[in-house]
Amino acid sequence: MAQSAIKISRKTGISAAACVLALILAALGAVISRAEAGAGLGAADWAAIRFTVVQALCSALLSVVLAVPVARALARRRFAGRAALVTLLGAPFILPVIVAVLGLLGVFGRSGWVNDALGALGLPTVSIYGFHGVVLAHVFFNLPLATRLLLQGWRDIPAERFRLCAQLHLTPRAMFRAVEWPMLRQVVPGALALVFVICLTSFAVALTLGGGPRATTIELAIYQAFRFDFDLGRAALLSLVQLALAGSMALVALRLVPVLAVGGGLDRVMPRWDARGGVQRMLDGCVIVAAVLFLLVPLAAVVLRGLMGLPEMPGSVFQAAGTSIVVAVLSIVLMLVLALPMAGWIVGRARGGVEAIGLLGLSASPLMIGTGWFILINPYADPFDFALAVTVLVNAMMALPFALRILVPPMREAVQTYGRLSASLGLGGWRLWRVVLLPRLRAQIGFAAGLTGALSMGDLGVIALFADPDRVTLPLHMMRLMGAYRMDAAAGAALLLLGLSLGIFWLCDKGGRWRAEA
Amino acid sequence: MKYLTFATATLAATAAWAETPELTVYTYDSFVSEWGPGPAIEKAFEETCACDLKMVGLGDGAALLARLKLEGARSDADVVMGLDTSLIAAAKETGLFRETPVSADYTLPIAWTDTVFAPYDWGYFAFVHNKDLTAPANFKALGESDLKIVIQDPRSSTPGLGLLMWVKAAYGDEAPAIWEAMADNVVTVTKGWSEAYGLFLEGEADMVLSYTTSPAYHLIAEEDDSKAAAAFEEGHYMQIEVAGVLAGSDQPELAEAFVNFMVSEAAQTILPTTNWMYPAVTPAAGLPDGFETLTVPEKALLIPAEEVPAIREEALAEWLKALSK
Repeated sequence: MAQSAIKISRKTGISAAACVLALILAALGAVISRAEAGAGLGAADWAAIRFTVVQALCSALLSVVLAVPVARALARRRFAGRAALVTLLGAPFILPVIVAVLGLLGVFGRSGWVNDALGALGLPTVSIYGFHGVVLAHVFFNLPLATRLLLQGWRDIPAERFRLCAQLHLTPRAMFRAVEWPMLRQVVPGALALVFVICLTSFAVALTLGGGPRATTIELAIYQAFRFDFDLGRAALLSLVQLALAGSMALVALRLVPVLAVGGGLDRVMPRWDARGGVQRMLDGCVIVAAVLFLLVPLAAVVLRGLMGLPEMPGSVFQAAGTSIVVAVLSIVLMLVLALPMAGWIVGRARGGVEAIGLLGLSASPLMIGTGWFILINPYADPFDFALAVTVLVNAMMALPFALRILVPPMREAVQTYGRLSASLGLGGWRLWRVVLLPRLRAQIGFAAGLTGALSMGDLGVIALFADPDRVTLPLHMMRLMGAYRMDAAAGAALLLLGLSLGIFWLCDKGGRWRAEA
Repeated sequence: MKYLTFATATLAATAAWAETPELTVYTYDSFVSEWGPGPAIEKAFEETCACDLKMVGLGDGAALLARLKLEGARSDADVVMGLDTSLIAAAKETGLFRETPVSADYTLPIAWTDTVFAPYDWGYFAFVHNKDLTAPANFKALGESDLKIVIQDPRSSTPGLGLLMWVKAAYGDEAPAIWEAMADNVVTVTKGWSEAYGLFLEGEADMVLSYTTSPAYHLIAEEDDSKAAAAFEEGHYMQIEVAGVLAGSDQPELAEAFVNFMVSEAAQTILPTTNWMYPAVTPAAGLPDGFETLTVPEKALLIPAEEVPAIREEALAEWLKALSK
């Protein structure tokens, strides 16, 4: 496997990866260049690092472990509204943090629906604040993402294998061992690494639901160092710790992915013959209903609040929405330009360690990237002129690890299956992409593009630092409304944001699955 | 590509206006928003100055100072508006500001002697609650009660830092004991003011750290008189927002004129119902209707600006210790 038979140009992939690395390291270098020698990490910092790692590990494990039965059930069942449900699964993940937190609190908070119900039954109320609250929120954010990634894994299992299993009358358990378990071993480590890194950079969620300074994360310490103490040395040091944690976790996880060694299929869509028993059906039904309740009820709280706020929204909200759409579309384009060649390079290698570079982009604090690039640009030009460019760049980079995780496994499969044939036909370069790879990756490209669009629509990270007075994005506008007591209007804006994010996600995702089955 | 065309057109348009002097003012986000004081202030000042006033919103007060340190002497800003008394010492330490002669009859509860920064509005920190709640009369009563409060993290938010200073100014060395007593009242700590106030409005807590002027917003803008601010016997800590001129300004006269405009009748009448703070100089016509209903503390607390940095370190350590148990 060291030398793949297929001729995917490595040059473009390597340059894309180099671009990403340069973008992060240049920012880090710029911050360090302006730093004065300061104190190292204190006891409080180590406590923050410990808390960050422990909560991220718990959140990642729980999100992915719970996602397995949900994805399995969704893969086995066909029902009315399934497609809509699969799209909605993207929603919690793309909401701006504060909106999702308010939605969660509407259900699990002190005066949320759960406690109202418990109170009505005369039962003691439960508090969401604490370590369990942090994990609950992170699972709420990431269970859907993990489910989608695993579902993609099930989808990529050639239909012929299911047919063969049916012919052999394999029990669901035997089939799990023969077909599903090998697939999970391919997909789960990457999903774990991804969710871990997302939770690693959590700040507002962890602090708010953690119930106080016990729940201090590294990202909070970075924010404090940049914003309040202006201690760039400390900020750089903490950013480095964050990058190292994410990088090492990614490397460990990607090492765990075994080398693929089974034959491919014919890209046909086939019905599933297995798991037709009543108990199986009921179990799957219960799993799906539980997941839907957990994920969609808080969303319903967001929608209800938003509907009341819609009439309160000032007209400028729509202008901000326009800006956000432009940013989202540009981010999608840039993400594809980076991700496709990188994925091509990664599948040409025996091990997927290179994918860790993608994860670095996500684990780098947006504040660090923003500040670093501000320091770099400021001596030569007005940083405001670059607000849009930097935002698009950072958004694309943030989405890169998701895109890679989505694109690499099926691309590896495609190369395994069609590599030798393509090589013997002399296919290479653009023609190889057009004839062999792109048609096979259509659904994944759509999914990745949709996720990127939605993510960048909801992103608040770097824009706040570069915010151009005349070009405000929707999340920033929403925060400004909240900052001015206009909570109702902000709730309306949040609903609009949710609608737009889901819209762009649905368009791309649907586009990719056009005339194909999810 | 559309954006490039747009950007080029904007640049060209800016060049055409180059002969009008431009004054750049850095301030916090909520000041420049369409519902904030920004638009009215800009209109009123441009009528008097024959200049183009460009207000740039940058996060909150702390973000403003960080940005300034980042830009250093190269900053395009002529005036910085929106730092508060907790940040003045750090701001002066940068050496980026210069003295500004300002003449105004301040109606602040304390005497203002600083010659670098001029105050334009101010408020008292306070715990805001619904009127049907019987609020505690001091920090000790709050600590003994079962009431739930939401506060902001002093490591990421200026009101959060204000509360730290408040407890320190009121209790000095006793502050750790006060925080320990309050630890079980704190539902949670948020990143910024918006999150905390949002949680309070959603019913997550009985009280939230905000300002005595917060109920005025609900009363005047929403015609909702259900909110009140609890009066604490220890007195209330003040937040005074100030403006200052940068030494590197290329429009020093204009910058000075702007700071003086901010304490003039024209600007001071705009601030109360747009920034929801008290004006630094009470306008001739008095405060807007509704402000007379607000809680007025008997005692104003403020730690002198130059002592803030040292006290902050100590208070932060005490706060972390008490709330991390």
